[in-house]
Amino acid sequence: MQKIRLRYTKRGRLRFASHRDVARAFERALRRAGVPMAYSQGFNPKPKVSWVGATPTGVASEAEYVEISVVRELPTELLRQELNNALPPGLDVLEAVGVPVGAGGGSLPDRIEAGEWRIEVPGVTEDQLAVAVEKLLAADRVEVERLTKDGKRTIDARAAVVSAAVTRTSEKQDCLAAQDAQPATQRHECPGLAGPYGILTVVVRQTSPAVRPDDVLNALCAVASLELPAPARATRLAQGRLDESSGKAGFGGLVDPLAADRVTASPIGQGSEPENGAGCDTSS
Amino acid sequence: MTVESVFAQLEPLLPRVSKPVQYVGGELNATLKPWEETNVRWALMYPDAYEVGLPNQGIMILYEVLNEVPDVLAERTYAVWPDLAALMRENGVPQFTVDAHRPVKAFDVLGVSFASELGYTNLLAALDLAGIPIHAKDRTIDDPIVLAGGHAAFNPEPIADFLDAAVLGDGEEAVLEITDIIRDWKAEGCPGGRDEILTRLAETGGVYVPRFYDVTFRDSDGQIDSVSPNRERIPDRVFKRTTMDLDAWPYPKQPLVPLAETVHERASVEIFRGCTRGCRFCQAGMITRPVRERSIEGIGAMIQTSLEASGYEEVGLLSLSSADHSEIGELAKGLADRYEGTNTGLSLPSTRVDAFNIDLANELSRNGRRSGLTFAPEGGSARLRKVINKQVSEEDLIRTVSASFEAGWRQVKLYFMCGLPTETDDDVLQIAYMAHNVIREGRKASGRKDVRCTISIGGFVPKPHTPFQWAAQCDPETIDERLRKLRAEVNSDKSLGRNIGMRYHDGKPSLIEGLLSRGDRRIGRVIERVWREGGLFDGWSEHFSYQRWIDACVAELEPQGVNVSWYTTREREEHEILPWDHLDSGLEKEWLWADWLDALDEQEQDDCRWTPCFDCGVCPAMNTDIQVGPTNGKVLIPITPVTPGTPVTNPALT
Repeated sequence: MQKIRLRYTKRGRLRFASHRDVARAFERALRRAGVPMAYSQGFNPKPKVSWVGATPTGVASEAEYVEISVVRELPTELLRQELNNALPPGLDVLEAVGVPVGAGGGSLPDRIEAGEWRIEVPGVTEDQLAVAVEKLLAADRVEVERLTKDGKRTIDARAAVVSAAVTRTSEKQDCLAAQDAQPATQRHECPGLAGPYGILTVVVRQTSPAVRPDDVLNALCAVASLELPAPARATRLAQGRLDESSGKAGFGGLVDPLAADRVTASPIGQGSEPENGAGCDTSS
Repeated sequence: MTVESVFAQLEPLLPRVSKPVQYVGGELNATLKPWEETNVRWALMYPDAYEVGLPNQGIMILYEVLNEVPDVLAERTYAVWPDLAALMRENGVPQFTVDAHRPVKAFDVLGVSFASELGYTNLLAALDLAGIPIHAKDRTIDDPIVLAGGHAAFNPEPIADFLDAAVLGDGEEAVLEITDIIRDWKAEGCPGGRDEILTRLAETGGVYVPRFYDVTFRDSDGQIDSVSPNRERIPDRVFKRTTMDLDAWPYPKQPLVPLAETVHERASVEIFRGCTRGCRFCQAGMITRPVRERSIEGIGAMIQTSLEASGYEEVGLLSLSSADHSEIGELAKGLADRYEGTNTGLSLPSTRVDAFNIDLANELSRNGRRSGLTFAPEGGSARLRKVINKQVSEEDLIRTVSASFEAGWRQVKLYFMCGLPTETDDDVLQIAYMAHNVIREGRKASGRKDVRCTISIGGFVPKPHTPFQWAAQCDPETIDERLRKLRAEVNSDKSLGRNIGMRYHDGKPSLIEGLLSRGDRRIGRVIERVWREGGLFDGWSEHFSYQRWIDACVAELEPQGVNVSWYTTREREEHEILPWDHLDSGLEKEWLWADWLDALDEQEQDDCRWTPCFDCGVCPAMNTDIQVGPTNGKVLIPITPVTPGTPVTNPALT
């Protein structure tokens, strides 16, 4: 038996899929690709697939992680390609790393402490957004309401925010250029540079209850009396442990959760180098 | 001319609606084609929510059959929930297909599959949202031909005003023939406009164009006086279509697998079509005759293709009564052997008690979950089961159930109907005694206390083209009262009653379904009024409003001299012209009437699959015949090598 950890994306239209939708699509792809999965014992055997903290419905991601168990050792790059052939476009496996037997470094959930999100806010200028970010970071506590299945609940959206910064225009040009290179099925409508269009990057610690991009946005609106004229769009760019050595979290402030396995894994198990998430949310 | 996708306008609305994934398309095995490279374009609609409509086999089959023709395009569209519909109106986004998000109005044909009559208001909503006039007479050459199919199309009269055409019966061959006629007409430059294309379709005898028939009613009793073609080239009767060799039509080959969760999370393979058991309430069994079995090899090939193309963990062996397939035993064993160790479950969604045996159940559950067993005695008393021709004895049921509990099952579900012709309170109370016996015998057989029995009860709705088409429908008050008494009886013995679950709906939606099922053209105004007043998704209890339907009936029917009870709780007369008499299902009306009299006389009718022909009329009228195995000892070929946990062997990973 071998454990394999995968990093995959949830891009374009696929961002509207819920975690359950993604899990179903993934498990079906494993069967279609003929992956010799290990199954749980018992009356109702299930393939061994361990999910780590899912993105909310409507949020895209460049850095989702999952661990699968197979009954015999597989070349991981080949597995990655076969799996991508079976997955719907948008769910793209970027990297597959075999977990060496007896490897240290902790379990996958142990290696994920925070997430980095890019939030695009059409209709809001960079300066407006920058003012709001400043106010948010200056506050100790910002309460927002969230609708859960048990009714409304109030959570503090500030404490979990490790860092927040506004992306400036020059970087947005790159984003749009990256968009144009995408096939139509994966491209989302790019609002263009005609109107105001703020982009924000935040690093949020995983807490319970989880603070989501929506909560951060609501907090920004609350502290700066912002109104959002159009729905914002969020993308998870990276996940990992906060890098204590860098002192200040931000870009590069998260430790790649697969790094520890990659060092010790055999070279054939190496997937292609993943993106660092600097592009637009649909870039590959 | 090209047609633009509306996705760019739709996408900003999606974060604001529930379950947005149902609107984005991208199903596995969906087909996308360039618009301008095709000559005939179909939008196929299932007029209910995506989660219900996506798994529909009819739509899936026609979608694939049409898209296999190089110059034909087929896309799918479903009913949009009110949250998105409101935003679409606000932002000028029309009803779209989920494949390429093209506006439905741009297609040549809008084919709508009606499994039930409760989708009628959703048809009007979709037409309106598409920008297509809801009345067929107001449509122009720029509008699609609105074409109905599915079981409800065997009486499309209530929606006659909204339809351009309807097809009765199997669609595989019909859609291709219709496509050819449209292709030729377009190539000629659309001579004669809409009237001419509809006339060309109608003159084949297999497409019903309601506006080419005049229906007159009598003032004296409200009954139909006459139905007649109102122009040349139009036949008096329209016949149903029957696809004979199912092995020649192995669809769907590439089942659509959605991202969204749907009501059937499995691959489905139709093992035969038609049913001659002769249950008198069952419209499906009457209108899909004769029985046509798929061969064991054909089934085996379809199952493997479906599993490879879908990744599903379960295969449903579909038909109206799957355990009746003449080779079901060999089939189940062959499949269980073949998929041993691959975590692939097999299910028979509809089984009869008398055709079922435990060996079959064990084979079916060998490689997958052992879910509950479901049986449908339909009637609580032996007397009532004779009336409806459901030839199941309580002894058969108890024997089967005991054996199931002995073999490790812990739960059975029993389906019944309430409000059947001649039914009394006592017939319904027998359901309670049957359920009590199931628990008693189940405990004995299993040696456990925790066995369960769920009784699920639906209101009976008399349907066109059945021996019960003349029957008076039971009023909702009587049904609700009988169900109340039944519940009390179930719980009269607490030690048994606590292991019995009871599921039912009140009788009101059934009455409206009855109104729509046996309605005529006068019902169109009622449907339109209900829709204009906000009626939608009538199959969903949270959206259905009985009062809205009743109010609309009062407003629209009473000025025409009829009312709800005239359509529902009134027993029809022998020689009354029924609204669907000119639509030919092959069944002789005289035979149906004789079978109705037999029902009242508690006389049973055998199945012609095993016993001689009883002259229902279908085979000679439609030039068809029953097709039943055996396929001469042919067996399923095992697959090797087997990859653990999956039915798919990928050479790259071995």
